Formats: sequence, C-alpha cells, structure tokens
Amino acid sequence: MNDVLDVALRLIVVFAVFLVLPLVVGQTEHKVMAHMQGRLGPMYAGGFHGWAQLVADGVKFAQKEDIVPAGADRRIFQLAPAVALLPYLLVLVAVPIGPGEGAVGQVIDAGLFFVLAVMGVGVLGSLMAGWASANKFSLLGGLRTAAQLLAYELPMLLAAASVAMAAGTVSLPGIVEAFEWWWLPWQIVGGLVFFTAGLAELQRPPFDMPVADSEIIFGAYTEYTGLRFALFLLAEYAGIVVLCALTTVLFLGGWHGPFGADGLGWVWTLLKTAILAFVVIWLRVSYPRLREDQLQKLAWTTLIPLALAQIALTGIVKVAIQ
Amino acid sequence: MPIPGSGLAKGLAVTLRTMTKRSHTAQYPEVQPELPPRSRGVIGLFEENCTVCMLCARECPDWCIYIDSHKETVPAAAPGGRERSRNVLDRFAIDFSLCMYCGICIEVCPFDALFWSPEFEYAETDIHELTHERDKLREWMWTVPAPPALDPAAEEPKEIAAARKAVEKAEAAAAARAAAAAAPAADAEPGTGPGAPGPGSGTPDTPAGGPA
Repeated sequence: MNDVLDVALRLIVVFAVFLVLPLVVGQTEHKVMAHMQGRLGPMYAGGFHGWAQLVADGVKFAQKEDIVPAGADRRIFQLAPAVALLPYLLVLVAVPIGPGEGAVGQVIDAGLFFVLAVMGVGVLGSLMAGWASANKFSLLGGLRTAAQLLAYELPMLLAAASVAMAAGTVSLPGIVEAFEWWWLPWQIVGGLVFFTAGLAELQRPPFDMPVADSEIIFGAYTEYTGLRFALFLLAEYAGIVVLCALTTVLFLGGWHGPFGADGLGWVWTLLKTAILAFVVIWLRVSYPRLREDQLQKLAWTTLIPLALAQIALTGIVKVAIQ
Repeated sequence: MPIPGSGLAKGLAVTLRTMTKRSHTAQYPEVQPELPPRSRGVIGLFEENCTVCMLCARECPDWCIYIDSHKETVPAAAPGGRERSRNVLDRFAIDFSLCMYCGICIEVCPFDALFWSPEFEYAETDIHELTHERDKLREWMWTVPAPPALDPAAEEPKEIAAARKAVEKAEAAAAARAAAAAAPAADAEPGTGPGAPGPGSGTPDTPAGGPA
C-alpha cells in the first residue's frame, strides 16, 4: 500500500512539474523575447505584467473547434500530438534533480539510453502529423523533421556517450554522482554539441526549418487547431525543459554547486536548467533561421566531427588518469 | 581576420543589451502620448473671427466643410450714413469622416478662425457623429494650445518686424524734429532751415514718419 502511495505521489509531482515548468518557460520566452526586441510583451492578462497570458491562451485553444481535414488519416492525425508530448513526460520521470532516491521520479539503471531513446520518439509525433494531414506543407515539414532527426540524433548520442564514458555509467544519478568540477572544461565541446543538437531536435530557432512559417506555413502542424495544436506547442516547451535539464545533468554537474548545503542540490539543478532555458530563448531572438542545406551541413561537417573528437579526448584522458 | 564566431557573439550581445534597456512600447490607453506642438488632431473653430468668406469650404479638397449663412443689414452708425450688410454664420460643420487632415482650411483662413487642436480621441460608433457641428467645433477651441515659442535663432515674426520698424521710424522722425527745432534756437538764424517744423508735420527727410 505504501509503495502504491509512493509511486502515485512521485507521478503526481512529475506531472505537476511537467505542466508547470513548460508554461513558466513559455511565459519567460514571451517577456524575454519582448524586452530583447524593445517591447513589453503581454501586459494585461492576469493584471500583473501579463503573468496569466498562457492560461488565457490555453482557454482560447480549448474553446476552438477541433478540426480534422477531410482527406486526413483520422486516427493518426488525432494521435500525433500525444505521441509528440508524452515522451517528454516519460523523460522527466528519469531526470534526477537532487541526490538520493527522493529527488528522482524513478531511478533507471540505463537512464541515459532510456532518455535518449524516448526523446527520439517525440519527433515521431511531428512525422505522423506531417504524413497524416494530407497537406503538402505538412508533408514537407514532416520530411524536413525526419531529415533533421537523422542529422542531429547522431551528434547528440555521441556527445552523451562521451559523458557516459567519462562517468563509467549510463545511470543519470550515477553520472552526476561521478561529476567533478574539471569535467566542465573536459566535456565542454560535448556539452555544446549536445545542446545544439538538442535545439535542432526540438526544431527551435535557429533550427526551425521544419516549421519555417515563411515557406511552409507551420510545417507538420499546419492543419492542427485548438487543443491538439496547443499540445504540439506544449511539447516544444516541455522539450526545452527536458533538454535543459538533461544538459544540466550530463554536462553541468546537476546538483553539484560551488556552495550550498546538501539539501539544496535541487536548487542548483533548477537554477542551471533555468539559465539554459534562458539561453534557448536568447538564441531564438538573436539568430535567423538556418537554410535546410546549412542545417544539414552544420550537423554532418561540424557537430559530428566535434562529437567524435570529444569521444577521443574523453577516451585518452580516461586512460591517462587510470 | 575576425575570430570565427565573433559575429554570433556580437548578435547575442546586441539582444542582451537591448533587454537591459527601457522598452519603446507606448502604453497608450493607460499613458497618454506626448504629442508634439502643432499635432493635427482635430480642427477647432473660433467662430467670433469667422466672416463667412467661404474660403475654407472652397479650398477643402474633400469638400468636408459645410457653411450656411445669411445677410443682415446693420443700420448706419452715424446719421446720414449708409447702412451696411453683414454676414451671419448659421451653420459651420466639418465632416471628420471625410477630412484628410491636410490643414489647407486652416492655412487659407484670412481671419484666424480655424486652428489645429491635438485632441484625437473622438472616435464614434456612428459615422454621422463624425460631422462636428458649430458648437462642437467651438468647444475644440478650448483645447488649442498656445503657439510654441520660436527657436532661439529664429527669424523675427513679420508682424513684430513691421511694428518695430514703424516705431523706429517714428523715433527717428521725432529725433530729427527735435534736432531741427534745436538748431535754429542755438544759431539764432530762423528761416535758414528747410522749413520751420510745425506741429504734426513731418520733415522732408522722413516722408513716411508719423505716430506709430
């Protein structure tokens, strides 16, 4: 009975985090992007600096009619948002935010494998949406998503493998446990590659070619409205949270910090995640969209060689210190 | 050669710097805008100055000014004089749904009866309400700001220049008269001057002199 309660409690907490943090990131994006462009952003909803803007958006989306195009593959079309969103929820279960059993939804021994495999599934949602919409723009967007997934999954995996080599384990808490401060310069290249590839996998600007609105409307999501569209958007922001949390755990030492008592490890994790989320927004505001060929070129000629070099460096250092 | 990636860093710096500065958003309904002087908001009618010359209505490119008037006969001011006719304004309306805010009516008015007011919040739900009648146009006059001061190095206004010249000439004439009056008294040779100055007559040197 106690076990059931424990599991239920953990799931509820993870679910609450899954619902709240993406909205916080979304609201931060509204405000940060606005101020970076010399604007104010939302100011009315909720009264104080538009804090309830995303709640208002959610209400609006829920009120809209849920349309499935006549020529669409109905079931796949309706299933796609769930496929895009749920993997991030599953990933969140395995991400540790503090030391010990209490600060992680579920300790998984092969946590790194689990996390990367499940994150890859998230992109399938876009593919399904693109294919099922019976719309040429959606199809183009879906194919671009597929190409991007192929190109960027590889450097992401390689960079993650480098950390796993360094730590000698693929368990996420194990990796953070083994972290030393000098891993930071040692794994910096891997970290950058991982973060960049993760951005590309989330189709965040400047890697948002699959949803390039000036060319293909909104890519795979063109035909979606209402709640299902909102779920795709939520998936993007949940993806940001997951990517930033993973980068924190793998490359920035998770709950380790220069100071702070043992009980405050989760503050460090959240702080690092928040800073990374800010960087995600910052990059979106600063850079224009990469062209499709530039996107592929960056992955195959820059990120993958860098990731391989990082693995070689990790191996050499690992052998040298043993 | 620039360091690779320095352009990317510069882009990030620009956005970060912008974020720390004040934003440019005008929060209009909460905060009224600071309009420059001579803003073209609405046209006010100073109807006491209007002589119903119809110049504004005739120059208006949109034909959005409506004027009705009638003539009244004013009895002679002095006995034996001629009685005069005078225009009386019955209706003066500007249709702001047609007006294109060119300001030509204000420019052509020879009697300074039309003025720009910076008030701009007179949107209506019915387009007919946008035809502002005489009393409403008169109300706008209270919102007309005083003309802004001239720039420090600006040219003198023509009216003031004309008045100043007239005063200077009058003073010069008075000084010349005084000199002419003093000269015969000192030399005790009356009649040698170009003419004894009498009261009210100007000297030949200053033919246009007179009270300013």
